[in-house]
Amino acid sequence: MNNYMRVEFSALAENEAFARAVAAAFVMPLDPTVEELTEIKTAVSEAVSNSIIHGYRDSCCKKDAVVVLECRIMSGGKVVIKVVDEGAGIEDVSRAMEPLFTTGDEEERSGMGFTVMESFMDKLSVESERGKGTTVTMTKYLDIVRGI
Amino acid sequence: MEVIFRVSERILIACVKGDVDHHSAAPLRNTIDESMKAFGCSDLIMDFSGVEFMDSSGIGVVLGRYKRLAESGGSFYISGCSGHIERLLEMSGVFSLVPAAEDFENAVDLINGRQQMCMEV
Repeated sequence: MNNYMRVEFSALAENEAFARAVAAAFVMPLDPTVEELTEIKTAVSEAVSNSIIHGYRDSCCKKDAVVVLECRIMSGGKVVIKVVDEGAGIEDVSRAMEPLFTTGDEEERSGMGFTVMESFMDKLSVESERGKGTTVTMTKYLDIVRGI
Repeated sequence: MEVIFRVSERILIACVKGDVDHHSAAPLRNTIDESMKAFGCSDLIMDFSGVEFMDSSGIGVVLGRYKRLAESGGSFYISGCSGHIERLLEMSGVFSLVPAAEDFENAVDLINGRQQMCMEV
């Protein structure tokens, strides 16, 4: 089964719940386990929060600050999720991906976002360019033996 | 996200319900910190048995409360963690700083027991 969806929404914190619910609903036909669903929702939540907090931190009032969520279902239970923003970009991607790395703790952030994405999904890649934005691509192989 | 508070002497029990994410993290920590003050509590229990979703923002809230309680010398426990929450908190080493109890009644006993021991010493 091949299936694709794309949603675009304002970079607002209240849309984090919307984004993870959409991703979860889209993979539902693959009959994921509760655990797999929770992992996908958590990883999407991390990526979308990053775009909103970091990507658009200096332009929160900009009208066109949007986050794009793309999901693709491929054969064999492969799910590819992309979270794309056109925000500030990440200066040093490998440093940002280190566990507990955070740009500041005035907001009590844990610095665990990328670590969570990495451990809850099977593959994670981050492409970023300063001033142009960030694309996070996450792949998960669902165990579809029980499913379809 | 909503929080139901219970007070047992000097212990504030915050039963968190719903989703804990970046959007709800600030109201969550504010309502807990304000309630600690308002009820004159020195110890805190965060109970997660009613939490339906949590991402790494929850780790930030727990670590933030740990720092405050460590400064003031109060006890801090978490309780009612699902397997998912346990995995999240484990990942960042929270359990080496903040002990977990099965439920909040259990955490209350542990805090009271600890204080008893301190008094005897």
